[in-house]
Amino acid sequence: MSVSVGTPVRVLQMDPPGHHRTPRFVRGKEGVVIGLAGRMPDAERLAYGGRGPDQPVWRVRFRQTTLWPDYAGDPRDTVVLDLYEHWLEPRR
Amino acid sequence: MTHAHDGHEHEHGHDGHGHGGHAHPHPRQPDIEDAPLTWHMALTEAMAELIVQKGLCTPADIHRTLEKIDAASPAAGSRLVARAWLDPDFRARLLQDVNAAAGELGIDAGGIPIRAVADTPDRHNVIVCTLCSCYPRFLLGGSPDWYKSKAYRARVVREPRAVLAEFGLHLPDGMQIEVHDSTAELRYLVVPVRPSGTEGWSEDQLAAIVTRDCLIGTALPVVA
Repeated sequence: MSVSVGTPVRVLQMDPPGHHRTPRFVRGKEGVVIGLAGRMPDAERLAYGGRGPDQPVWRVRFRQTTLWPDYAGDPRDTVVLDLYEHWLEPRR
Repeated sequence: MTHAHDGHEHEHGHDGHGHGGHAHPHPRQPDIEDAPLTWHMALTEAMAELIVQKGLCTPADIHRTLEKIDAASPAAGSRLVARAWLDPDFRARLLQDVNAAAGELGIDAGGIPIRAVADTPDRHNVIVCTLCSCYPRFLLGGSPDWYKSKAYRARVVREPRAVLAEFGLHLPDGMQIEVHDSTAELRYLVVPVRPSGTEGWSEDQLAAIVTRDCLIGTALPVVA
């Protein structure tokens, strides 16, 4: 797994049980990493009292038109989400 | 707490009440204790007691933190933006690290990292938390109810132009919109473009036009 600024990524299409911070509207969608949000406690473990090592969280930019096929605004409009690295796979 | 009528929140006598002496029933304003203890209220009480009993902090610590949260207001964010408009070096530091830049002005932005996203002449930024209602409350105070509403959270991320138009913000053609969804441990603050017509203004004058909604991105500063 090698993610860095500029990496095109796809958000994993998975549906694990429990608490997570990856909204469904970006699962399976492609975007580009624009920065590191930080190394943060893993919210998925934290929600159940665990801690574990902090995880890299990346700022990922998506084009609106890739998220919503019927998007009516400017095709250059974008959404940025902060996503935990284990939800991202580099796209080649 | 809302009071429909002035003066009806107390069970005071009716003489001198301005009703011409006729007795008509007033519904009693309920006290907080009249409502049943909710599950979350009980949990909060229990948690606070445990934390204090374990010696993790004192009741005074909890009280001070609550006071601090309640005292936070968008004025702090307005001041940061006004200073950034006046001082390019401060602006650079603000965009690098909001919490540290706020500290320079004696503003405690709290321990949760905040990122400033700067508008440009052709890109507008707007903030949301689609998952819940994350908001830089230590810096801006409590979030408005609409920010927490399902309608705002669901719609601004997929039809931002329509939502902004409902706020009265009509962005010109050619202006891109970037929506920032606060899905992790980062909070956001929008730094609008300094409007023309503000040349020579003081920091206080500038701060006065940077409203809360400007800091969320659902409004732009208006020069009266």
